[in-house]
Amino acid sequence: MFQHNMQKFSLTLLWLIFTLFFSSLTHAQDDDPIKGKALFNANCAACHQLDKKMTGPALRNVETRLYEDEGLDREWLYAWIRNSSALIKSGDDYANRIYNEYNGAAMTAYPQFSDQDISNILAYTAQEKVTPPAVATVATTQTSSNEDGFSKMLVLSALAVLFTLLALGLFLVNQTLRRFANKNDIEVKKAVKGPSLWKAFVKNQFLMLVTAIIFLLSSAYFVYGYLMQIGIDQGYEPIQPIHYSHRIHSGDNGIDCKYCHSSARVSKHSGIPSLNVCMNCHKSIYEVAESTATEEYSKEFYDGEIQKLYNAVGWDDENQRYTGKTKPVKWIRIHNLPDFAYFNHSQHVSVAGIECQTCHGPVEEMEIMYQHSPLTMGWCINCHRETNVKVEDNGYYEKIHKALSEKYGVDKLTAAQMGGLECGKCHY
Amino acid sequence: MLFLALLLVSSCQNKRKPNYQYFPNMYEPVGYEAYGEYDVFPNGQEALIPPEGTLARGHSLYPYENTNEGYDLALLNLKSPLLTSAIDSKRGKELYEIYCGICHGNKGAGMGKLVKREKILGVPSYADRPITTGSIYHVIYYGKNSMGSYANFLDEEERWQVTAYVEALRLELLKDKE
Repeated sequence: MFQHNMQKFSLTLLWLIFTLFFSSLTHAQDDDPIKGKALFNANCAACHQLDKKMTGPALRNVETRLYEDEGLDREWLYAWIRNSSALIKSGDDYANRIYNEYNGAAMTAYPQFSDQDISNILAYTAQEKVTPPAVATVATTQTSSNEDGFSKMLVLSALAVLFTLLALGLFLVNQTLRRFANKNDIEVKKAVKGPSLWKAFVKNQFLMLVTAIIFLLSSAYFVYGYLMQIGIDQGYEPIQPIHYSHRIHSGDNGIDCKYCHSSARVSKHSGIPSLNVCMNCHKSIYEVAESTATEEYSKEFYDGEIQKLYNAVGWDDENQRYTGKTKPVKWIRIHNLPDFAYFNHSQHVSVAGIECQTCHGPVEEMEIMYQHSPLTMGWCINCHRETNVKVEDNGYYEKIHKALSEKYGVDKLTAAQMGGLECGKCHY
Repeated sequence: MLFLALLLVSSCQNKRKPNYQYFPNMYEPVGYEAYGEYDVFPNGQEALIPPEGTLARGHSLYPYENTNEGYDLALLNLKSPLLTSAIDSKRGKELYEIYCGICHGNKGAGMGKLVKREKILGVPSYADRPITTGSIYHVIYYGKNSMGSYANFLDEEERWQVTAYVEALRLELLKDKE
């Protein structure tokens, strides 16, 4: 405990010395890298990271680098941050170079930043890179799980040896006893066979009949069960070319289903998002957080899957641009209605306002997507019988709702009463 | 024996493979299906982008270019074609919360769920930027910096509805700021 405290203390001391050293170096009195980080994350992080090229350049130690490589001082940085386009127009050499290097992406002007704000941000960018100690923890958990498996194996093999010894012992005892019996002229009795049970069974006609009936019925039951599940893919869970986790995207991050499947609102199909939809976020999310990794899937695994996306869409993450070399991702279709049944997503999603989960199940918990519902006709019809049609704010339904609710004497009409069971609604 | 039979039936099912179909030629479509793979298409892909120089029905030409100059022009000149009576703030809100709120926050202050979870950073509040109807629409259409284009998520009318909703949010934010 004491040692731990000491360690903490010495670390803070080190940190203090370090920051003091830096603040004296960068001539402002008390630059606060913590405030700088907050400002950086709120204003700069959309386009800049410390160690990676994004829309704009990487910014670690930007001030010292600029000073050493280009001879540009803090005044230049003030001018650039507060109004970069004015600096470019003024014909500044380095401003124009960097502007062209990043394909003419204009940096937003921040005239509201005070000198102190900018100093704070620069203090944040001047911090040493902290290598995460996560590697060590990962390694230890792995060895512990390995040890776990090893000890299990040990127990099992010990048990196996024990049982073999036991069996061997019994066999030996048996043999010795027999030998004794032989020596003492005692005859070992052999089991006497009476009239066989099997023969008695065959002779009893009533029993035979009952067995036959039971056998036929049970086999009919299984044959029926087998035939009825033909063509039903409930639980179908294929391995997709990219391990896309709905649990992370829609569960943890709470992205709406219709964000990616936007055509479900307006068309028959709930479209598979084209890769530009993925790139809306993954342009800046090039790796998953440590906390995203689970026991089953490591961070390296998920990062590899993001890399697969980059390869498919032709994104050069290093240089932050598209190479133009794309290859389609062959997603495997899970939900598939037969050609003779018509189904329209927009009718159900936009008009009826049904939650996606009603048919697709708890997608936000699925690490691997599977088919939740049987998608049989009986399943469709059952829902049409039970679900009331949402007629509020829908001028289209006004007249027919009035007429039909009078006819059936009910307030709310189910889809079935609206004609949702007519054959021609889905089969034509 | 019952157990054995059960085992036999259940072992036939493999959740990685689709099930057998009864008369598959009644199940499988004769026409080309969306996202299908057919030899007649380039690269085998049924999903194609419209040929260059064509305009799909219900879409119109957007005259501003995806450049800084185009942005400045749109910021100054582009106005919404929606009449005030056609602005449906309920639908605008619905669409905004699906497509924009996840980063920009449902109030437009730049605190969406992805920002709070530190997945995406540096999303500004609408109040902190000098944006206009035209620039909002322009950015939805083309994207800007880290933000991608939302032209294929929303059709033209929906984009204008969202633009109107963003403007309303910005007014609210500016009011709170004072």
